[in-house]
Amino acid sequence: MMADTAVLAAQVPTVEGKARPGDAALAARLDALDLPRGGFTRAAREDAAQRLEAMGLPGARDEYWRYTDPAPFNAARPQPVELAVDETTLFTGIDRLNLVFVDGRFDAEASDALAAEGVQVESLAAADAGADHWAAGLYGRLETAGQVPVKRPFAALNTLVAAEGVLIRVTGKVERPVHITYRRSAADADVHLHHLVQLEEGAELTLLETGSIGARSNVVIEADLGRGARFHHISAKRANDPKLGLGHIFARVAAEALFKSFTLSVNGSMMRNEAVIDIAGDDAVAHIAAAVLGDGDIGRFHHDDTVFVTHAAERCESRQVFKKVLKNGAEGIFQGKILVKPGAQKTDGYQISQGLLLDEGSQFLAKPELEIYADDVKCSHGSTTGALDETALFYLRSRGVPKERAIVLLVLSFLADALDEIEDQRLRDDILGRLEDWLTARAGNPGKASPGKA
Amino acid sequence: MLEIKNLHVKLEDEDKQILKGVDLTVPAGEVHAIMGPNGSGKSTLSYVLSGRDGYEVTGGEATLDGESLLEMEPEERAAAGLFLAFQYPVEIPGVGNMTFLRTAVNAQRKARGEEELSSADFLKLIRQKAATLKIDSEMLKRAVNVGFSGGEKKRNEILQMAMLEPRMCILDETDSGLDVDAMRLVAEGVNALRSPDRSFLVITHYQRLLDHIRPDVVHIMADGRIVRTGGPELALEVEQNGYGDLLAEVG
Repeated sequence: MMADTAVLAAQVPTVEGKARPGDAALAARLDALDLPRGGFTRAAREDAAQRLEAMGLPGARDEYWRYTDPAPFNAARPQPVELAVDETTLFTGIDRLNLVFVDGRFDAEASDALAAEGVQVESLAAADAGADHWAAGLYGRLETAGQVPVKRPFAALNTLVAAEGVLIRVTGKVERPVHITYRRSAADADVHLHHLVQLEEGAELTLLETGSIGARSNVVIEADLGRGARFHHISAKRANDPKLGLGHIFARVAAEALFKSFTLSVNGSMMRNEAVIDIAGDDAVAHIAAAVLGDGDIGRFHHDDTVFVTHAAERCESRQVFKKVLKNGAEGIFQGKILVKPGAQKTDGYQISQGLLLDEGSQFLAKPELEIYADDVKCSHGSTTGALDETALFYLRSRGVPKERAIVLLVLSFLADALDEIEDQRLRDDILGRLEDWLTARAGNPGKASPGKA
Repeated sequence: MLEIKNLHVKLEDEDKQILKGVDLTVPAGEVHAIMGPNGSGKSTLSYVLSGRDGYEVTGGEATLDGESLLEMEPEERAAAGLFLAFQYPVEIPGVGNMTFLRTAVNAQRKARGEEELSSADFLKLIRQKAATLKIDSEMLKRAVNVGFSGGEKKRNEILQMAMLEPRMCILDETDSGLDVDAMRLVAEGVNALRSPDRSFLVITHYQRLLDHIRPDVVHIMADGRIVRTGGPELALEVEQNGYGDLLAEVG
């Protein structure tokens, strides 16, 4: 992709004498990246540049960066990380439309033909050569809306610099899931991807993401769900991948639509996933869930989920289910908010975040928030942190189940509520099988996992 | 079968002696009952025998068919043929009852060097055993003990016992929380498992369970010891006079 530093030069903060401490970092950050000129995205990119300049990169004093150090994401370049064997085998037994990205570039050769009934699929880089596109109205729109009231500089950065991604427009009920498979070939790949999903009225799509994106990744998904649309999103990135990962999913959910997102994370280095869900139409449903396994022994493990669900319509339901299993100094963070706007009566909002600490060195920090401006709503939240239930462990062992196996069963039991958020049983079974294999392989082998083995 | 000699046990974290020299022998094929007031150490005895954490054996021994139990892990004791029916069966959300039982049955078979049961054989076996305990297939599919009534939980314990075919079964207050019908069902389940090479140790507060599961021997436990041993008539004596007289008599 061609760099276009001319467009950006004016936006890089250079006001003499007024430079903020982070300005130099932002300038260095942008300097290290190729900045696409953009075709249909051009206006959105210019707008993002201005917004990014105004907000700057996050610092440790930002309210939503208190528990996660932004420094590795602020750094101009990522540390190169070991390349692991690509072992993505999830969902391969399912009829799906497979799209392959290597180091953040779409690989048409390795991908299925971009043709399926009821759905238009394109690569952003290919589409962005032109000026007119259906996605012009979506690119950056939900991201921009999601900057209020909490700023999300890396999402704005993504809108500015992402040259690649998938553009999906769904007009009907699509049976075959669209599967994005990420591969990595360079040890220092710093990848920005921006995916757009437009579901027209009554449309239905399942989007799967697996694999390893890069040494450092920044992925934005903007999903616009029309009336009565159904969107299922399942992300299960590569296990044991010592990467830095940032993800944002911005969704707008119209009346009677259903949004469901589930993320599985197994080790890694540092990950932060932000979800910004705007429930805009009456009788809509939005669920977001994650199952996280973190072992600090494989490498530093820090996993942050930051969720913001806004209820702006009547009789809508939202659920947040976040479960993190942590050991050997692993850190799990959950910051989850439910905002119920005036008039969003009969809202049913639910949020649960739980940490299962398998030793004393790990920690789980949760910051649940409810902000409610309607009087006829039902909102609840809960957060717990605890160790394995000794009584349950004894119960299983007393039946002859060996300790290691009993722990696997109890960890799966702990994660069950999150996994139940995957509606499609084939996909759930696939994820469950992967989890069970992984846990079993790790059981009784508390030392380092061999790289390349899931 | 089960031999307990001069067993002394204290709490691991506290300086509190619970068992103060328990002597007990349960020969093969017999049903023994242990009765006693609250805090006498009955449940502790069942936990120590099955290997629960939190207790420290300070003296004595316990053997199953001559093998010392106390050094074994809980799962090894299970594979050796010991089974504890819990007073409060544990709920394990997200783990199917069937998966749990199959894991347990096959783990034990594996530990004993036997071949694991195939899915088909397991299914056949569990259906048959569940039917006699009036456990329907819906209950088998649910998560372990989740949403089960008190009676269902206890029936599920007996089902596990029937599937695992232990030689030494300890029932810890299996009658607690059961109505008359549920108790009869549980007792029938237990009675169906009685055999010349299987023994039972039934821990209970009340005589009424012993109307349904007829013991060969009744022991009275108080303050960490077996203070009296007799026939089934001892249970009736307790029922009529309470523990007070009996214990005063023992001194």
